[in-house]
Amino acid sequence: MIAHAIFFYVFSVIAVVSAIMVTVSKNTVHSVFFLILDFISISCLFIMIGAEFLGMIMLIVYVGAVAVLFLFVVMMLNVAQQKNQWFVSKDSSRHIPIGLLISVIIFFELIIVIGGWKYKPDLFNSAKSSLENGVSNTHSLGQVLYTDYIHVFQISGMILLIAMIGAIVLTFRQREGVKKQSYLKQISRERTEGVEVLEVASNKGVKIDD
Amino acid sequence: MEYLNLIFQESYKILFLLVPVLVSVAMIVWLDRRVWAFVQKRQGPNVVGPFGLLQSLADALKYIFKEIIIPASSNKVIFILAPIITMTLALIAWAVIPFGLEQVLADINVGILYIFAVSSLGVYGIIMGGWASNSKYPFLGAIRSAAQMVSYEVSIGIIIINVLLCVGSLNLNDIVIAQKEMWFVIPLFPMFVIFFISALAETNRPPFDLPEAEAELVAGYQTEYSGMMYAMFWLGEYANILLMCALGSILFLGGWLSPIDLYPFNLIPGALWLIFKILFLFILFALVKAIVPRYRYDQLMRLGWKIFLPLSLTYVVLTASYLFYFNLLPTI
Repeated sequence: MIAHAIFFYVFSVIAVVSAIMVTVSKNTVHSVFFLILDFISISCLFIMIGAEFLGMIMLIVYVGAVAVLFLFVVMMLNVAQQKNQWFVSKDSSRHIPIGLLISVIIFFELIIVIGGWKYKPDLFNSAKSSLENGVSNTHSLGQVLYTDYIHVFQISGMILLIAMIGAIVLTFRQREGVKKQSYLKQISRERTEGVEVLEVASNKGVKIDD
Repeated sequence: MEYLNLIFQESYKILFLLVPVLVSVAMIVWLDRRVWAFVQKRQGPNVVGPFGLLQSLADALKYIFKEIIIPASSNKVIFILAPIITMTLALIAWAVIPFGLEQVLADINVGILYIFAVSSLGVYGIIMGGWASNSKYPFLGAIRSAAQMVSYEVSIGIIIINVLLCVGSLNLNDIVIAQKEMWFVIPLFPMFVIFFISALAETNRPPFDLPEAEAELVAGYQTEYSGMMYAMFWLGEYANILLMCALGSILFLGGWLSPIDLYPFNLIPGALWLIFKILFLFILFALVKAIVPRYRYDQLMRLGWKIFLPLSLTYVVLTASYLFYFNLLPTI
C-alpha cells in the first residue's frame, strides 16, 4: 500500500507540474512536450486505480495520435513572428480581448461545474466490487458500453464523424490546372502506347503533347 | 526488506530479458546484412569472427569510440533525449511478450494495448530528433515519418481488432492459447499479409524507409547524429523490428505454441518456437528489403489510407458476422 501511495504522489506531482509548465514555458514546442508528459502521467494514474483500458486508450489516442498532430502544427508555425505581431506591435492586437473573454468564461464555467461536483455515494464500493469479481476492467466496460450506454456511444461517434467531415470540407478545394497521377493509367501502360518511333525532320523537331 | 527482495528479483528478471534482446539485436543486424548480401550475390560481413558473427560487436565498439557531435544551433536537451526515448520505448515493450505460459515478465490484462501504445509512442523519438537538430533534412524526415507511422498505426489497430474478435481477451497469453486448434494465419490470412506490410511501414523498413530516404533526405532524422547517439537510434530501430516480428508471431503464428502437437515437437520449449517464428518473420523482412524498390511518398499514403484501411475494416465486419452467425463468439 505504501508503494501505491508513493507512486500515486509521484505521478500526480508530475501531472500537475507539467500541466503548469504547459502554460508557463516560453517555447511552444516545449509546452507540447510537457502536455505529452501530462497525458502520460494521467494515464499512469488511470492504470493505478485499475482502469487499465482507459489508461491505455488515453496513451494510444491522445499521446500517440492527437499530440503528434499538435506537435506538427506547433513546429510548422512561426511562433516568434506571430507573438511579435500580437503582443509587441500595437496595430493588430484585436485577438487578445476576445481570447481573454473566452478564457474568463471557461474559467467560471469550470468553477461552477467543479464546485457543485458530488461523488456518487456508492462510487468507491462499485469500483472495488468489479475488481473483486475477477472481471477485468476491460470486460466490465465492454458489457455496459454497448448495452446501457449505446445511445450515448453512438451519438459521440456521430459527433466525431461530423467533425471529421467538417474538417475535410473546410480544407478541401478544387484546384485548377494541377496535374495529377492516375495510378491505374500508370500501371496499365503498355509498350505500344508508351513508345513511338518518329521520323524527325531536320531543323523542324516534333511536337510532344503530354 | 521484503520490498528490497522484490526489487532485486524483478531486476534480475528484467536483466535476463533485456540482455538477450540486446544481444539478439546485434545478431539480427548481422543477419539482415547477410541476407541482403546473399540476395544480391555478395558475401556480406564475413571477416570478424566465425561467419562474421562478431561484426556488430566491432561496429558497436567503433560507435562507442566516435565523438558525439551536438550541433551548436540544436535544442540540446531534446537532441540528447530523442535517441534515449527511441531505445527505451523499443525495449520496454518487451515486458509483456510471453515466451511461455509462465515465462512472461508482466502478464497484464491489456498486453496487446500496451504494445500498441508503446509502439505508437515510438514516433516521438523520431520527431524530437528531427526537430531538435534544427536543420532541414532531419525536419523533413521527421514530418514524413510522423505522418507515415500515424497512418499505418490505424490499419495495425484494426487488424488487431480482427484477432481480438476471435480471442475475446486482450491478454497476450490468452491470444496464444486461443490458437491451440488453428493458428490465426489460416482464417485471417489477408490480415496477416496486411499486418506484415504495415509492420514494414511502422518500423520504417524498406520499401517504406522514407524518413531516411538517402537519395532525397541524406539520412532523414539521423543526419545530425553521430557516435553512440546514432547507434542508439539504430539499436532502437532494430529492437522495434524484432518486436513487430514477435507481435506478428503472437497474433498470427501461434506464439510459443509448437506447430504440431506431437511427440518430438512437444519437447522443444515454447521460447525456442517463438524465437524460430520471430527469425522466420525477420528473414522475410530482410528479403523484402533486398528485393523491393522504395515507394514514393504519395503511393505510401494511398496504400495506407485508401487500400489497407478499407480492406481491414471490411474484414472486421466479415469476421464479426461470421463469428456471430455460427455462434462462435468467445465468451468471458
